[in-house]
Amino acid sequence: MLQEIILAGFGGQGVMSMGQLLAYAGLEEEKHVSWIPSYGPEMRGGTANCSVTISDEEVSSPIITEPDTLIVLNRPSLEKFEQDVKPGGRLLINSSMIDIPSQRQDLKVLKIPAAELAQEKLGNTRVSNMIILGAFIELTQAVTLESVIGALKKVLPEYRHNLIPLNRQALEIGVMLAKESI
Amino acid sequence: MKTVYDRPETLTSSKTHYCPGCTHGIIHRLVAEVIDELGVREETIGVSPVGCSVLAYNYFNVDMQQAAHGRAPAVATGIKRVHPQKIVFTYQGDGDLAAIGTAEIVHVAARGEKITTIFVNNTIYGMTGGQMAPTTLLNQVSMTSPEGRTAIPQGYPIRVSEMLATLDGAAYIARVSVHNPQEVSKAKQAIKKAFELQMAGIGFTFVEILSTCPTNWGYTPKESLKWLVDNMIPVYPLGVKKMPEER
Amino acid sequence: MAKVLMKGNEALGEAAIRAGCRYFFGYPITPQNEIPQYLAKHLPEVGGVFVQAESEIAAINMVYGAAGAGARVMTSSSGPGISLKQEGISYIAAAELPCVIVNMQRGGPGLGGIQPAQSDYFQAVKGGGHGDYKLLVLAPASVQEMADLMEKAFDLADEYRNPVMILGDGILGQMMEAVEFKEEKKTSQMEKPWATTGAKGRKPNLINSLFLDPLELEKHNLHLQQKYDRMAKEVLWENYKTDDAELVLVGYGSSARIAKAVVDQARVQGIKAGLFRPISLFPFPKNALQEACKCAHNVLTVEMSLGQLVEDVRYNLEFKVPVHLYGRVGGMVPTTRAVLEEVKRLVNGDQGVETHENCL
Repeated sequence: MLQEIILAGFGGQGVMSMGQLLAYAGLEEEKHVSWIPSYGPEMRGGTANCSVTISDEEVSSPIITEPDTLIVLNRPSLEKFEQDVKPGGRLLINSSMIDIPSQRQDLKVLKIPAAELAQEKLGNTRVSNMIILGAFIELTQAVTLESVIGALKKVLPEYRHNLIPLNRQALEIGVMLAKESI
Repeated sequence: MKTVYDRPETLTSSKTHYCPGCTHGIIHRLVAEVIDELGVREETIGVSPVGCSVLAYNYFNVDMQQAAHGRAPAVATGIKRVHPQKIVFTYQGDGDLAAIGTAEIVHVAARGEKITTIFVNNTIYGMTGGQMAPTTLLNQVSMTSPEGRTAIPQGYPIRVSEMLATLDGAAYIARVSVHNPQEVSKAKQAIKKAFELQMAGIGFTFVEILSTCPTNWGYTPKESLKWLVDNMIPVYPLGVKKMPEER
Repeated sequence: MAKVLMKGNEALGEAAIRAGCRYFFGYPITPQNEIPQYLAKHLPEVGGVFVQAESEIAAINMVYGAAGAGARVMTSSSGPGISLKQEGISYIAAAELPCVIVNMQRGGPGLGGIQPAQSDYFQAVKGGGHGDYKLLVLAPASVQEMADLMEKAFDLADEYRNPVMILGDGILGQMMEAVEFKEEKKTSQMEKPWATTGAKGRKPNLINSLFLDPLELEKHNLHLQQKYDRMAKEVLWENYKTDDAELVLVGYGSSARIAKAVVDQARVQGIKAGLFRPISLFPFPKNALQEACKCAHNVLTVEMSLGQLVEDVRYNLEFKVPVHLYGRVGGMVPTTRAVLEEVKRLVNGDQGVETHENCL
């Protein structure tokens, strides 16, 4: 299995940490992983993106130019990256922030109103991105939900571990949503 | 028979390359005497600069590192951080310290590195043949200010001691001269104070020593000493510019 | 020790501490800031010293001082900062002091950009500053290899009393991959009787690069050259599917990772492609390159420069095989698709040069 993912959004939307969680989760499963961030001034309020590779074999090139999956949290990211996705690839759109359709006809698209769902079901929009991440892992089976939870335990400092149940709930909402979409 | 005058152990027996009448020799001796008197020759590491005193490593009988132009304070920082219990000094001229090495001297003082800098100010680039230095006086003739230095556009002379004394990290800053025996004695006291304060771990210590350059000034050694008194001291007043508070 | 996920820059910092480095002098510049940041936090925990200098120039001269004083010491920077350090690097090489210098390359020339590049290759492998001198140059291609090469870098520096450069790029520095640090081995560092430690009970030591007598300076240069010749045995490289390769890709660092993916894709399409990856850039693994290219009709360097590595590849292949270049610059990274297109173009244009006798 080789899964190449690009995650993109505004700085502060959590795309970097989503990507890192995936990489950590892959590592939990003893897969080969890499994570490359965009860096520099664009991080400060502009668009941010990262590339994540999860593979059963050694990652030859960690630099992703044609992702299997694109996850976009804002409109500029959709416009910037959608033409790069592999033919027949997957596109996850945060429809809370993106009100235009994809220009690609060949992609498997899932629109997720992440902020509305997070507000409605959890009363907390800060875990919106975890709903999208939950949908991603259900659709691709790139890593398991338990691995993501395991990664959270490693990434979050001990005093933030009280947030793990909330994150799990958000992930599960995403998983359900993905199941229903199939 | 009792020996009353001999070469300090901290000076090697090498003959120096300095010109007749140059005061580098006196200053070398003062530094060496102080190191002898403090009994720290085997604990001392010196840094020689680029300029007339580039070969100082041949004359000081201690471990030495030769530094790039202006970088002696950075080199000394590296040494002192590795050997915080040793005594580290730099020996630098005015071109080296006050032009190309301005950033290094300012920041070594700002960090309060526990080193001692001996700053020999003779208002000229000696080694390269008498070019204008950052400390060259107004109206002073040099190879690159043939009509005499003008404030605009060539700039004013820099009073390094006063400038460094504004920095909180500097513990002891003094300007002395070696134009007569009384001043030589005071200069030695200042150098000793600087080394003692370094050894006490107080902070950065700095002694500026007004010096002559008969060769490039175009005067006899005796005339040079008079020129120093008449022209340099009014611009570069002697005295202690900063002293650590008594504790 | 278990595998952990780390940025390349952080892995370098951790590996340096494990290699016994206790002194770091540096100045901020993107994209290597995680190295000084990591060391600012963790060096004091092991009794080490971190100094943020007033400039790159001051930083490298602090390295000179600390190395002369006998310490394991390093600095890191990127393009413009490495240019500023060249004065000190020349002095360090001339005075034969051991130290490690990291260059996380970014796009140039001038202020350039902050995205990854490999356009400092010449500067790294040909000396970089004034005078005849060489650095040992190591080019890792993964976070794991960064960690592995760090200790080697310090050991080589001590053994040859020579600065060692780790030549990375913005991708390698910023990228997170799994890394496993070897169990802390008790590093027995070499004695340094030449260091300035205070002349207690011995003659004074001198750290110096000034030789006013031309004959003396020539002797010193010849001594240095002999040392650089001795380094030839330190060559490091990786071969990937080169045994029967008719087209050999050559790249180092991040570019080699891309080239490796291209080899796999080309093989799927029936093209006999392989990758030769020099890990030591100086000394250059000449014999290994020639061996890897023994069946090659064409060689293609993949680099983030408009042709630097390619010159050394041509030279080291003694111009026996056509060597081509695929280069992107300014922070642009070659894509596997574009490199593969270039591979196909070369293979299609291949007139089937005479078969090499020693080819499989």
